Amino acid sequence: MSGVLIVAEHRQGALREVTLELIAAAKELKNAGVGPLAVAMLGSDVSAMLGVVALDGVDEIIHVPVAMDEFNGEVYRQALPALIRQRRPLVLLTGFTVDAMSYAPALAASLGLGFASDVTGCSAQKGWLTATRGLYAGKVQVQLDFGDGAPVLLMLRPGAWSPAGGFGSPVVTRLEAGVDLSQVRIKHREYITPQTEGIDLGTSDFILAIGRGVGEKDNVPVFERLADRLGATLACSRPLVDSGWLPHARQVGQSGATVKPELYLALGISGAVEHLAGMKASGTIIAVNSDPEAAIFNVAHYGAVTDLFALAEALEQLT
Amino acid sequence: MRIIICVKRVAVLSDDVAFTDDGLAVDPDYLDFTLNEWDACAVDEAIRIRDAVGEGEVVVVTAGDPDADGELRRCLAMGADRAVRVWTEALRQPDPLTVAHALAEVIRPEEPDLVLCGVQSSDALQGATGAALAGFLDLPVVAVVTMIAYDATTRTATVHRELEGGMIDVVETTTPAVLTIQTGINRPRYVTFRAIQEAQGRDVAVQVAEPFGRRAYGIRGMSMPTRRRAEMIGGNPTEIAARILQIVRGSSAA
Ligand SMILES: Cc1cc2nc3c(=O)[nH]c(=O)nc-3n(C[C@H](O)[C@H](O)[C@H](O)COP(=O)(O)OP(=O)(O)OC[C@H]3O[C@@H](n4cnc5c(N)ncnc54)[C@H](O)[C@@H]3O)c2cc1C
Ligand SMILES: Nc1ncnc2c1ncn2[C@@H]1O[C@H](COP(=O)(O)O)[C@@H](O)[C@H]1O
Repeated sequence: MSGVLIVAEHRQGALREVTLELIAAAKELKNAGVGPLAVAMLGSDVSAMLGVVALDGVDEIIHVPVAMDEFNGEVYRQALPALIRQRRPLVLLTGFTVDAMSYAPALAASLGLGFASDVTGCSAQKGWLTATRGLYAGKVQVQLDFGDGAPVLLMLRPGAWSPAGGFGSPVVTRLEAGVDLSQVRIKHREYITPQTEGIDLGTSDFILAIGRGVGEKDNVPVFERLADRLGATLACSRPLVDSGWLPHARQVGQSGATVKPELYLALGISGAVEHLAGMKASGTIIAVNSDPEAAIFNVAHYGAVTDLFALAEALEQLT
Repeated sequence: MRIIICVKRVAVLSDDVAFTDDGLAVDPDYLDFTLNEWDACAVDEAIRIRDAVGEGEVVVVTAGDPDADGELRRCLAMGADRAVRVWTEALRQPDPLTVAHALAEVIRPEEPDLVLCGVQSSDALQGATGAALAGFLDLPVVAVVTMIAYDATTRTATVHRELEGGMIDVVETTTPAVLTIQTGINRPRYVTFRAIQEAQGRDVAVQVAEPFGRRAYGIRGMSMPTRRRAEMIGGNPTEIAARILQIVRGSSAA
């Protein structure tokens, strides 16, 4: 048993960026002696994506032909055990993504693999693997190990590794995994793209984002006015959209918009990974929170520990 | 029909943290506990489906020690019909496979039509237990679900799977199936103090599960992450506001 096997992620014919990050992480493991690096691609025709994956450090691209192009977790649950039996990798890598969330843990359970999700660091020494992940909204880090050398499946946090680059010349092979589509219990029907309602957070230079700290719906207009006064675009964290206080088009984060304004002023947002995923690349981040330990202060450039209503009032008086 | 919801009593960290003497866990004195936010949505959704179908049973299950009974009774107060707590010694060090295996042991004989979990637990943030459970039960699983339309005649469920960026993948699954529920699918009903009081007298069935015999991982140690801290602005709200305005005006964005 040796080597790293990556499960490539793609959607609507395009490779997803996280795959390149997985390659970067896998190269580290390969350099630590884990063994060759292979990337598995499931789909009917993956030829258009081969060039993107054929990067320096990748030894093999394994095309697993399946006559189904939309992602289906059932297909991955059928195909990957065959692949694992054939290649006997020591480490399997997927992204900690919505797609992988619907097959990777199931695979770990049914095959009895070592397993950890939302992994932000991993390393290997003499075939022993260790990994790091967060607990309690990232306020604590935990170091994990995986005992007896059975294969380990790690789901890596998107954005934790910089995407790999540099072209390589992997061999491309084909592996029939015996997927039986008649046994697939889930059917894809259609995609629905979210309504934008004419709001485009992506083009704003200055975003004022509010979080659950605003407490209730009736407080939202205070911040709409404040944003207007400051010349900022109003955005929010997910709970405000879940509660129906603001439209989805104003949501920043993993399941909302990814923004990169020059200025991001976050009021009453704790800094969950899924929120940070959408705004951490902003030029200058100012965070206001009543909790001095809020995770948002770890990505913010400026921070203030105060009540956001008192601050909003003071800002209104000064402008 | 029978709907099972896996619910977890989650820990919330107080401002301070200290580790236990062996360094492998956070000292429980520094933790508060509550019902996982995602699971509250799952319970609410199950009750809605039961009520829409017009018959059936909603059963909440947790894997944990007797301290979790309070969270189970909260779910009974919301409208769940029955509560089960499963325990096995291996749960002293819970990992998603150990937990999912224990849950599977009590769920399998219940022959549910639907099993709902939360997308993630707010303390462990693993996003894994629900799909692992589907692995042990050999059921289809759809993760990150924001809408469920259950058809009692065909026994299929059409569900919305929320992808990155907010795009929805509409899929149809046969049942029984495991669905992991995302917040926003509903606004969980308000539970009155009176309902919570009444639920105190209700039974929680306790079952002991066989251990899985294999762990997802071992814990080597815990630490506080090294942090890049923001430059903190001190003072009263007016002083803070003035400094923020200075930063805003100094940037070319405003
Ligand atoms: C698959 C998935 C996708 C997700 N996608 C997204 C996404 O796209 N975007 C997103 O935002 N989240 C997303 N989430 C949710 C995410 O995990 C968090 O639940 C969410 O970001 C929390 O929002 P919040 O910070 O506003 O709320 P909380 O975490 O509740 O934080 C509220 C903050 O306000 C502070 N506060 C309270 N009162 C005051 C006051 N008076 N003055 C000052 N501060 C105060 C508190 O100290 C706290 O830090 C996703 C989750 C999952 C599982
Ligand atoms: N100890 C537990 N008991 C019951 N359900 C659990 C437990 N741990 C996790 N779950 C379920 O699994 C979901 C995801 O948790 P996690 O994989 O820890 O992020 C939760 O929302 C619960 O539905």
